[in-house]
Amino acid sequence: MTDFKLRYQNSALGYAWSLVRPLVLFAILLTVFGFILKIGSTIPHYPIYLLIGIVLWNFFAEATNSGLQSIVGRGDLIRKLNFPRYIIVVAGSVSAFINLLISLVVVFAFLLFSGVPLHPIALLFPFLIIELYLIALALAFFLAAWYVKYRDITYMWELFMQAAFYGTPIIYPMAVVVKKSPIIAKILLLNPMGQIIQDSRYVLVSNQTVVMSSLTHNWLLILAPILLVCAAIGIATYYFRKSSKDFAENV
Amino acid sequence: MDNELAISVKHVSKHFKLPHEKNTGLKQALINFRPGQRQIETQRVLRDINFDVKKGEFFGIVGRNGSGKSTLLKMLAGIYQPAAGELHVKGKLVPFIELGVGFNQELTGRENVYLNGALLGFSRKQTEEMYEGIVEFAELEAFMDQKLKNYSSGMQVRLAFSIAIRAKSDILLIDEVLAVGDEAFQRKCLDIFEQYKAQKQTVVLVTHDMDTVRKFCTRAMLISEGEIVSIGNPRSVADKYSQLNQKAIDKVTDAENKKQLDGQFLKAKILGPDHSPRASFNLGDSLLVDINWHDLDPKRLESIGVHIFKLSGEHVTGINSRATKHPKNWKEKGHIAIEFKLNIAPGKYYVLIEAFHEPGKVTDSLMGGLQFSVITKTDMTWSGLTELPHSWHEDGVAGARN
Repeated sequence: MTDFKLRYQNSALGYAWSLVRPLVLFAILLTVFGFILKIGSTIPHYPIYLLIGIVLWNFFAEATNSGLQSIVGRGDLIRKLNFPRYIIVVAGSVSAFINLLISLVVVFAFLLFSGVPLHPIALLFPFLIIELYLIALALAFFLAAWYVKYRDITYMWELFMQAAFYGTPIIYPMAVVVKKSPIIAKILLLNPMGQIIQDSRYVLVSNQTVVMSSLTHNWLLILAPILLVCAAIGIATYYFRKSSKDFAENV
Repeated sequence: MDNELAISVKHVSKHFKLPHEKNTGLKQALINFRPGQRQIETQRVLRDINFDVKKGEFFGIVGRNGSGKSTLLKMLAGIYQPAAGELHVKGKLVPFIELGVGFNQELTGRENVYLNGALLGFSRKQTEEMYEGIVEFAELEAFMDQKLKNYSSGMQVRLAFSIAIRAKSDILLIDEVLAVGDEAFQRKCLDIFEQYKAQKQTVVLVTHDMDTVRKFCTRAMLISEGEIVSIGNPRSVADKYSQLNQKAIDKVTDAENKKQLDGQFLKAKILGPDHSPRASFNLGDSLLVDINWHDLDPKRLESIGVHIFKLSGEHVTGINSRATKHPKNWKEKGHIAIEFKLNIAPGKYYVLIEAFHEPGKVTDSLMGGLQFSVITKTDMTWSGLTELPHSWHEDGVAGARN
């Protein structure tokens, strides 16, 4: 909370800045892929598809990144005070979460503006947001604890995120992937981020969106990403709690 | 755990592993990954520490730098985990290892108080209850809505210290924070310590200031090289600490004193009662100033003067050999010593030696480097600069009675 308040305290545009970054990225990608390469011409409402993908991914990137830095960045506090260490990590992700909420306001404004009708199924969207928050938090816990011991995690994570951006259906429509290879499409949807983004598009925009259940009837595969998230948050909290005892000595 | 105890420490040890090359990178970890080959130096910081702090005690922990007392404090605060042994703290413990940890320059004074309170584990409501007292003690009523970056450094310290002082908890852990603020503020802090003592607030205080230990602590503990050297009466612990410090200083001065000091033709050194060079003496010990000379034109000399000064400048005594006609006759080479009984206040002194051609005319002098110190005794029966020879007369003296 303090982080968030501080970040924008001295800038004239204030909170608006947290919107500008994803919107600029959105504008660029929309111009390049939507109008020049015409990738999205096959699906209706491509701009909104793209915007949802970018906003959700942006939160994921911001939350994991601030989580990674959180413990080491607050080394002064860690060395001198005894308070539950997870608070620092959670605080970082909460500030990213507030950004997400503000961005979502823009998403819904776009939805209304483009005349996409909202169906009752959209009520499932908050659950997807909870899932998104949990997977980001789980990774933030792991990264924060590793970063105390291994300082080059930060570069590796940066590379990983660059690759993962294209490994997640953000820019390109899943339908294109399915045409090439349904197996690759399934693998992409096993990734919780892919599942969350596609499901969000499904519940908010169009039930024509490719999701796992439209590729297979195997319940295990459909539930796999969610189980993965549950397992990740469980292991992450356990691991973080165990290693947090030594943070003060190693940070 | 006993109901009367606030802190109980049993057989606690702590060591840090210091790898010779720190593997902070994965690459490093891979390169160095040869099981059993990595060199790790284990630094033992604390060994088998046992002590209790009872409720309502004002407990002092003293020790030289690097003795392990800060590590112990961090373990009490739960920041470090003991490597072995058990450590129990009963009740809410609030540590102040450094003032103003977590202060944020961009927030106002008020927000910082709440932030700091939260970091110390107080709820918003608890902080609210303490808020008035904190602001009042810091004397910053008019500034609480200004950003911290607009505070002077003294104001920031005052605010931080006020939070420390006003935090309501069962046990307070304070690490050498006394040396802050101006004199008036320091006096206020000492008053607060007085109050703590009267209210039987449990306090664990780490400090270098032995006056504070003597005045406030109900019990104290001296740590040296990771072990408890002495525990109990704060006065004797403070004395032991002073001796320990003195020994460390003496190691340096001893080495210096072994080189005898050379003047133009005079040479001198300070010897102990056992006639070996020495720099620290107990109260009442004998001190010898050993002086020799060579290559001297005997006609140029008629006496030697030996002075003792306090390091702070007071002239304690000055003795000239002229009065007793020593030495009887000056030769080209010679040797003389003067013995003092050190009936002087504990502290640091230096010796000044002068050679005279005739009264008032100095031909050679030795100064600086000839230093020694006098160590206090616990059962000192007098105070001041020296104990003058004195006697008591029962029933007064004749003629003065009326």
